[in-house]
Amino acid sequence: MHDPQASRATRPGGPAALSPARQAYLRARRRRKALVLCCQLGFLLAFFAAWELSARAGLLDSFIFSQPSRIAATLGSLAQNRLPMHLAVTLYETLTGFVLGAGLGLGVSVALWWSPFVARVAEPYLVVLNSLPKIALGPVIIIIAGAGTGAIIFMALAISLIVTVLEMLAGFRHTDPQLITMARTFGATRRQLLCKVVLPANMGTLFNSLKINIGLSLVGVIAGEFLVSKAGLGYLIVYGGQVFQLDLVMASVLILAVVAALMYQAVSLLQRAAARRFGGR
Amino acid sequence: MAVLQAQGLGVTYQAENGEVRAFRDISFSVEAGQFISIVGPSGCGKSTLLSALAGLLAPTTGQVLVMGKPAAGISPHIGYMLQRDALLEWRTIWQNVLFGLEVRGQVNDETRTRARRLLDSYGLGGFADKYPRQLSGGMRQRASLIRTLAAGPDILLLDEAFSALDYQTRLQVTEDVYAILKREGATALMVTHDIPEAISMADRVLILSARPGRLREDLPIAFPGLGRRTPLSCRSHPAFQTYFDHIWKELKRDA
Repeated sequence: MHDPQASRATRPGGPAALSPARQAYLRARRRRKALVLCCQLGFLLAFFAAWELSARAGLLDSFIFSQPSRIAATLGSLAQNRLPMHLAVTLYETLTGFVLGAGLGLGVSVALWWSPFVARVAEPYLVVLNSLPKIALGPVIIIIAGAGTGAIIFMALAISLIVTVLEMLAGFRHTDPQLITMARTFGATRRQLLCKVVLPANMGTLFNSLKINIGLSLVGVIAGEFLVSKAGLGYLIVYGGQVFQLDLVMASVLILAVVAALMYQAVSLLQRAAARRFGGR
Repeated sequence: MAVLQAQGLGVTYQAENGEVRAFRDISFSVEAGQFISIVGPSGCGKSTLLSALAGLLAPTTGQVLVMGKPAAGISPHIGYMLQRDALLEWRTIWQNVLFGLEVRGQVNDETRTRARRLLDSYGLGGFADKYPRQLSGGMRQRASLIRTLAAGPDILLLDEAFSALDYQTRLQVTEDVYAILKREGATALMVTHDIPEAISMADRVLILSARPGRLREDLPIAFPGLGRRTPLSCRSHPAFQTYFDHIWKELKRDA
């Protein structure tokens, strides 16, 4: 429980009010945070340095494992490999799949929450679909949606949608029953229950499933690009592998890592903004 | 005038492994301004009785009269308080207090003024823009009560409303709530398993028997000679122990 008195005492604006012990504590906390960041960056640098050095020393076969300097050169000559175009294609497919997956997932889970009967009927299908490797549907998807962007987005959607639905529905169902009863005692309709209690109470669930969806959408897009093999980072990876241009493969993987990190960061920022707006946790 | 009446009320519900008779044939009436405590052995259907009175649950037999009229569903005359404060963490205290009015589409200048007055008079005026997690347990419970009162109910149902609080907070909140209810002239029914709490607040204690619960006794509570009665002051009155022993003996008969 938060003590309002205590928060008043430590409110900023009065630096003189901070006791030496408090100042020391805050300093120690800042130092620890900096240390963690340094170690994280240090590890990354050490990893790349070790990779580069062992490749130069001949310990690693740079033909198979590539090496940072060759990856950098590949990235430097982006235009040559039409990397920006491939990156743009993958980004477009991933974002579309991600937004569609989140939107449709939310819609379907709301519908299932609304009608427990439909939810009961749908349950075994959802469970089986969830465990089914959606990539197995790849050939079918390509035939239905055509061998192009459509099929790839479809794949990303297929992989992220069911998980979103199951996750959100579980969240809705676990909404604190006391809150539901409280709203019902005021005569709340089902719609009011949804908008005023269930949805806001599940902001955390929503953002967690968005974070999971980033990874899933990327999996779907890359798998789709492997199959369709026309454009995108997934295509570059397959192509690079086939022509033994591992620099290209590694460069693509590196870009994917950056894309995933940036998207995760974007969702985190959104979550923080929503928390400020709604005062939630 | 009887603001709330139960007539031959009974609830039987269907569970997976058979029928459960929560309580049967319960009749009583509550006069305006009275405070009624309901006690009974655990599992005697006390909370179910309250749900039936609130209209959250349709009774199997009998009926509930609210302000003299048969009630169907949730009545706007009734306010309900739950075990925990059930404040919405993402709303400020002010927004929480307005929740009931908002759900009923009754937010206007008049109701807003009433809500503001309630917050101010019960020491939460300065906390309107705070979030629930910034308040202490006792303050949260008070905010929850104000939310219920802001909707303007004639009858208040309290379902073990203080059982989630620690003992000291609980005594203080009981004092606060009692004072608020008396000042607002509210009629209240409280379900509790805490016998002293039941006696300390009530004008009448309804004692239920074990499941299926029946009304065993309707015990009037009075503390003659006590100046200003509060839940704490009556605990030291000699009659308090007598009531306690009597209720304890009644409840033990079922055990």
